[in-house]
Amino acid sequence: MLGQGTEASLLADIVFWVIAVSSIIAALAVVLLKDLFRAALFLIVSFLGVAGMFVLLRAEFLAVVQVLVYVGAISVLIIFAILMTRDVEEGSPANKFRLPMAIFSALFAAVAIYVAVSTNWNTLELAIASGAIAEETTAKITEVYSNTIPWIGRLLLRDFVLAFEVASVVLLAALIGALALIRER
Amino acid sequence: MSLENFLVVAAIIFAIGLYGAITKQNAIAVLMSLELMFNAVNISAVAMSRYIVPVSIAQNPQTGADQAVQFLLTGQVFTVFIITVAAAEVALGLAIVLSIFRQRASIFVSDAAELKN
Repeated sequence: MLGQGTEASLLADIVFWVIAVSSIIAALAVVLLKDLFRAALFLIVSFLGVAGMFVLLRAEFLAVVQVLVYVGAISVLIIFAILMTRDVEEGSPANKFRLPMAIFSALFAAVAIYVAVSTNWNTLELAIASGAIAEETTAKITEVYSNTIPWIGRLLLRDFVLAFEVASVVLLAALIGALALIRER
Repeated sequence: MSLENFLVVAAIIFAIGLYGAITKQNAIAVLMSLELMFNAVNISAVAMSRYIVPVSIAQNPQTGADQAVQFLLTGQVFTVFIITVAAAEVALGLAIVLSIFRQRASIFVSDAAELKN
């Protein structure tokens, strides 16, 4: 019903699992590799996997933003920082919390997965199938997901305009702060 | 491909990032793990926004279609703000790391412990 072509098809499932497994493996490589530069390259793979997941979730605008901001800007910044500090520190050793933290993270993941699977989510598909949502609204939802960008723009500049403006001030403050921190005295 | 699949993937990536953020000694590796956690949160926010019935529809099924879908994409807007804050955070974090590196030629978080005790 919602966005046919990306859902309810075997191909989309296969694409989802390939993206999910590869981004999880890349995330593991980020925290387990000794060489920091290689870890940063795997971080880029993980960012690209998340962008692919945004496409599968019908959030094409966010996929583009993810590629531009994370893959384009943040990873370049991280790689620059690694290269500028590389001659002194080789690698990134783990500290003494390694084993307890591994256990704690595994427990956290287990609890989060249990909650996600066992909760009875009130999903759109179920609501539409049971007739809880009017026909007109269903048609409108399909229309929204056929082209999301105007709706995001409307939300950003009308309902969340204060947060939008504050975000610009935050970016400006971060820019000035970074320049002031890094300046030669 | 359902809501649960995306939430499980997000939970796994968040747990991996949590492990890295606590156990790494190199400050840049800590920042990289933080980015992983941000990404996991973004996945779950967008997945929730995609699959869950919005409150405006769930609590009042008789509202007009325009009002009902007005807040359908709120999760995506939140993700835009999270990405903005993450970009500002990583720029500031790396600037702090580089200025610590200049002062004491080390980027291990255990070497910057003046505030301990």
